[in-house]
Amino acid sequence: MNRRAVARTLVYLSLIAATVVVLLPLAAVVLTSLKSESEMANDSGALALPDDLLNLHNYATAFEDGRMLSAFANTAIILLFAIGGTVLIGSMTAYAIDRFTFRFKKLVVALFLVAALVPGVTTQVATFQIVNSFGMFDSLWAPIALYMGTDIVSIYIFLQFVRSIPTSLDEAARLDGANAFTIYRKIIFPLLKPAIATVVIVKGITTYNDFYIPFLYMPSEDLGVISTSLFRFKGPFGAHWETISAGAVLVILPTLIVFLLLQRFIYNGFMKGATR
Amino acid sequence: MTETTEKAALKATAGAAPTAPEPAPAPRTARLWRGATPWLFLLAPLALLIVFTYAPIANMVAYSFTDWDGVSPELHYTGTENYAELFTRSDLFEVFWVSGYYLAASVFQIVAALYFATILSFNVRFRNFFKGVLFFPYLINGVAIGFVFLYFFQDGGTLDSVLGLFGVETDRAWLGTPESANTSLAAVSVWRYLGLNFVLFLGAIQSIPGELYEAAELDGANRWHQFRYIIAPGIKPVLSLTVILSISGSLSVFEIPYIMTGGATGTETFVIQTVKLAFQFNKTGLASAAAVVLLLIVLAVSWVQRRLVPDDKVDLA
Repeated sequence: MNRRAVARTLVYLSLIAATVVVLLPLAAVVLTSLKSESEMANDSGALALPDDLLNLHNYATAFEDGRMLSAFANTAIILLFAIGGTVLIGSMTAYAIDRFTFRFKKLVVALFLVAALVPGVTTQVATFQIVNSFGMFDSLWAPIALYMGTDIVSIYIFLQFVRSIPTSLDEAARLDGANAFTIYRKIIFPLLKPAIATVVIVKGITTYNDFYIPFLYMPSEDLGVISTSLFRFKGPFGAHWETISAGAVLVILPTLIVFLLLQRFIYNGFMKGATR
Repeated sequence: MTETTEKAALKATAGAAPTAPEPAPAPRTARLWRGATPWLFLLAPLALLIVFTYAPIANMVAYSFTDWDGVSPELHYTGTENYAELFTRSDLFEVFWVSGYYLAASVFQIVAALYFATILSFNVRFRNFFKGVLFFPYLINGVAIGFVFLYFFQDGGTLDSVLGLFGVETDRAWLGTPESANTSLAAVSVWRYLGLNFVLFLGAIQSIPGELYEAAELDGANRWHQFRYIIAPGIKPVLSLTVILSISGSLSVFEIPYIMTGGATGTETFVIQTVKLAFQFNKTGLASAAAVVLLLIVLAVSWVQRRLVPDDKVDLA
């Protein structure tokens, strides 16, 4: 073998090793989720195949006893409002900042920029008091308001796109008698479709996965979202790893499906979102 | 309103444009209305920004100088007592050492992400499959990851089974001692976040024009030369962004250790401690001081990074 071939082999070996490291913990959980209680008691090891590959009993238990249905419903409501609000607010901010000159514009831009540097977890102690004083504590409104209000990344993504829309379109519309709101609604917003898709994906995935905010602001049991409901498995199911595993798989599955369907957009979305 | 139309309007009101037929001077109300337009768009965003970002910061700084418990209507001004306590009580400050594990892990994470991004930006079979596998963990719910790895590190769990396959019999509790628990948790964080770094690097590498590689290859450059002289300088801004995200990320670790160990066996991080101080022990004043310290450190790190690597991509205007 010449040197190039050796190098190629090593490259593939490293890729396969990484694949094993990523997939093995997940595979073990999938296998465990299909085992029965007695199989678990026999202690055949985490990687042993289950007796019945179609044993979905644990999934039923996790879904019903873990209140996953209401968790998915709550998550869906939060997603709908938070994403809708983020798209509207982000695009309006971007439009106002890019298309108008006004006093204190620099200050406004600086306010948004500095806010992007503040890690959300650090300010929750004080944010909590504010949310509480609005009476939003322990309601779905708390996470909705927080997700809408703090998303600087999406504002930035919209700003990039608004900039690429030629101002001549605005001017033509203005000559036809359109005012600023009509221009935003009829011209800018429809042309922002690619940016909206990016924001919906990035915001959707981060909202779906967030644990901290719902955990802190919605302690009631009927207000569980998928991450907090899954977290509550720790108590009642204790050492019942077959049920906990089924719950974890139930939570991961929608992400996997979305990822497989939208792969390309998701990569792009996260690149745009994170590099700002 | 665009800049040009505003200028036109200004000219019109000054009556200084006799050549072209200008629209009649805008009446006062219309002008006011026009000046207010951007603010109408910014009303909701600014209100949310101030209420949920700036007001909390201001309050937090104020609380940090008091002994408030977060509930009672009374609070006393205590000066810098909370800060003194934070820096002198060693048990409160110790949590910073835990960040060291995550910081070390992120060095490994960045190197590995850089390696995989480089090899996968060239022609490799099953490229999209490997890309997907490496990135997917980043999209998984944190609680689910916590459970997957609790099971992974459990006595007789996934890791022990795998080691058993190789004939290594381990009888150790991976999350039992502070060292191995923190190492295990930091490894989980590498597993989780490697994909994000990887995708950022991949995007940056792909934005480098392909002719550069061809030219380099004609000049006899090998892969390492190409990496050293083309890729590394080309992705410098993303690299520096990743470093700063890693530092602030290591300081504000919360989810994985909270879910997996609850902060037991020496795995308590700064944020877990702050959350406990505030919401379990009702020491809102002390917790606020802790949060202010963390915020200042993160801002300082970002500031240093901006200084070292001026990045024109970051300006919002």
